[in-house]
Amino acid sequence: MSIKILIPTPLRPYTGKQSAAEVTGQTVGEALSSLVAQHPDLRRHLFGDDGNLRSFVNVYLNDDDVRYLAKEATPVKDTDTITIVPSVAGGVSSCACPIALESNDL
Amino acid sequence: MASLTENQPTTLSNDEILRYSRHLIMPEVGMDGQLKLKQAKVLCIGAGGLGSPLALYLAAAGVGNLGIVDFDVVDYTNLQRQVIHGTSDVGRKKLDSAADALSEINPNVEVRKFDTRLSSANALELFREFDIIVDGTDNFPTRYLVNDACVLTGKPNVYGSIFRFEGQASVFATKDGPCYRCLYPEPPPPGLVPSCAEGGVLGILPGLVGLIQATETIKLILGAGEPLIGRLLLVDALAMRFRELKLRKNLDCPVCGTHPTVTALIDYNQFCGIRGEEAPSAVARIPEIQPEELKRRLVAGEDIYILDVREPHEYQICNIGGHLIPLGDLPKRVSELDSVREIVVHCKMGGRSTKAVEFLRKSGFSRVHNLAGGILAWSDKVDPSVPKY
Repeated sequence: MSIKILIPTPLRPYTGKQSAAEVTGQTVGEALSSLVAQHPDLRRHLFGDDGNLRSFVNVYLNDDDVRYLAKEATPVKDTDTITIVPSVAGGVSSCACPIALESNDL
Repeated sequence: MASLTENQPTTLSNDEILRYSRHLIMPEVGMDGQLKLKQAKVLCIGAGGLGSPLALYLAAAGVGNLGIVDFDVVDYTNLQRQVIHGTSDVGRKKLDSAADALSEINPNVEVRKFDTRLSSANALELFREFDIIVDGTDNFPTRYLVNDACVLTGKPNVYGSIFRFEGQASVFATKDGPCYRCLYPEPPPPGLVPSCAEGGVLGILPGLVGLIQATETIKLILGAGEPLIGRLLLVDALAMRFRELKLRKNLDCPVCGTHPTVTALIDYNQFCGIRGEEAPSAVARIPEIQPEELKRRLVAGEDIYILDVREPHEYQICNIGGHLIPLGDLPKRVSELDSVREIVVHCKMGGRSTKAVEFLRKSGFSRVHNLAGGILAWSDKVDPSVPKY
C-alpha cells in the first residue's frame, strides 16, 4: 500500500528537497502521519500543537479538497495522490512563506 | 462583461480594424468580441511581476480601459521579470513607466493610474468603476482585501500567485463560484522572514502565470470558453506540469457564504496577524549594531564572531566572512556557537537575523547583536565592493 504525496516547493526544505513522498496509511490522516514520520521537520508546518492539521494547510486527495470529503478520516487507496496546497502570496517581488515559523517554533 | 451604454464605443476605427484583424477574423472574437474588449474596464492591482505581462497583453489585445494601482518605484532587481519596465525606467514610478509602455503598445487604450496603496478605505470605490479585478499583489493582507472587495462589489477576481518556480491561478468571486476565502479561510501566521524577497522567483514564472490571468480576463470579457471558476490551476515550471484541483464554494464562507459575517472591509493587517504598531517595539528590544560600528571594532582587533544566517546560495553571491548557519538550521546547530564570545548576526536585510538573535538570547546567549540592515547595509555603509542582490 503506497500513496503518493506531492510536496509544494515552499515545504521542500523540510523533505530533503524531495518533491514527492511515498507513504502508507488507510486514511488521509494516516498518510500524513506517515509523511511526517519520514520527515519530522515537516510536522510543525502541517500540524498545530493540538495535533490537528493547521487551518491554513489545504490537503487534496486527487483533485478534491479533503475538507469536503471526510477530512483526515477520508479513506485512501493505492493509486491515490495527496497534494498539499500552500497559500502563496507572491506576485511582485516577494512571497510570504506559506507556512511560516512562529518565533517560538525555533 | 461591459454592458453597452451611450458613452461606450460601438464601432472600431479603420486603424483599429487593421490592428485587431487577427482577432476580427476569428469567430470566437469577431467584431462583437473586439467591441466587448474595447468597452471593458479592467483594474490591475500592481504593476510588478504578474501585472507587467498581463497589462501588456491586455493592452495589446485591445482592452479599452486599464486601471493600474501601484505606489512603487522601479528598481534594478525588478527588471529580471517585470517586463513592462526597462532599464531607463529605474527610479521612475512603476505607474508612469507602465502607462508609457502600454500607450506605446496600444494608444487606443485608456490607462488610468492610481498612485496609491490599495486599502480598505479606497478599494470598494475603486473596484466599482471596473468590470474585472486582476490580483497581482505580493502579500496576504492585500490578497484578502482584493478578494473581499471583489465579493462585496460583485466583481470577478482573476487570481495569480507565484513562488520560486511554482504558481497558482484561478478566477474567484464570480456570482456562483468560490472566492479566495473558500480556499484559504485563514492566512498563515506572519513569517519569520519579513519579506521573502529572500524567497526568490524564476523570472519567467510571473510571465507564465500573469498570462494565464490575462487569458482568463479576456475569456471573461468575451464570455468565451471555460473560465477557471471553481478550479485552482497549479503550475510547476521546473517539472513543467500543470495540475488542476477542484474548488468549491464554501457555504459557510465568512464573505461569500450563505450567512456572511464579513459585510464590510476590515483591517487586513490585523487579520493577517501583522501587528503594525507593536512590531517596532518588539524589534527595538533586539540589540543592534550599526555596520560602521562593527567595522570600527573589527579594525580595532576586537574579538567578534560573525554569524551569517542566510542560505548557502546567498553566501555564494556575497559574504563578509561570517560563519554560515542558515536560520532554519540554527536550533540543531547552536552547539557550534560559543556563548561566551560576542556574536554579531546578519542576514540580507536584518529580518532573519532578528529572529536568530531572539532565539539565541532565549537560548542563553547574552552577547549577541543584530547587524542593522544586514549585508545590504554593510555594502551601502562600509564596503561597496560587496554586491547587493
